[in-house]
Amino acid sequence: MASETIRALLEQAFPNASDVQVVDRTGGGDHFHVTVVSSDFVGLPLIDQHRRVNEALAAPLADGTIHELRITTKGAV
Amino acid sequence: MSTLADRTLGEQIKDVIESEPVVLFMKGTPQMVMCGNSDRALRALWQSGAPITAVDILPDPRIRQELSALSGWPTIPQVFVKGELVGGADICEELAASGELRGKLDEALGADREQTVKTVALTLS
Repeated sequence: MASETIRALLEQAFPNASDVQVVDRTGGGDHFHVTVVSSDFVGLPLIDQHRRVNEALAAPLADGTIHELRITTKGAV
Repeated sequence: MSTLADRTLGEQIKDVIESEPVVLFMKGTPQMVMCGNSDRALRALWQSGAPITAVDILPDPRIRQELSALSGWPTIPQVFVKGELVGGADICEELAASGELRGKLDEALGADREQTVKTVALTLS
């Protein structure tokens, strides 16, 4: 359930993404590893790429839906 | 002169970030790490030759709130080099693997730096 919400938020925030993956790492529904591949990240420092992902997921991060978040970003045209 | 104890939590956090070369805000301490991601960041820093000043955020939830308000970064751990946010565990691991973290530390602190690990406790009122 949370995985789908997270995926929707990421797809909304990164309409140019060529790949969005959300993995529930523990099966418990609150430890996630998200991967976003998008042209938006080209030329952007890693910290800013991760900031963009954190911003997209600000609501579930703030309300505790996401207890732990791993982020992988790649810039791709 | 004001002592640490006279200062607000936010001021103390800011002070540590600005005065210590490398700060790791983590869950637990380097001697007793309480979270896998804090452990990943700690290892990445250590492998890159960083002197580490660790701050445990677990003693009080306000530490994390104040820190995130200051940094704009929502999760723990958080790593700062010379006052600048480098990122969390994923970024530290990635930058350590590519050698960029060592390069960044060499540039900021010099290549002949001493590698020490210490822990700073914040004063909670």
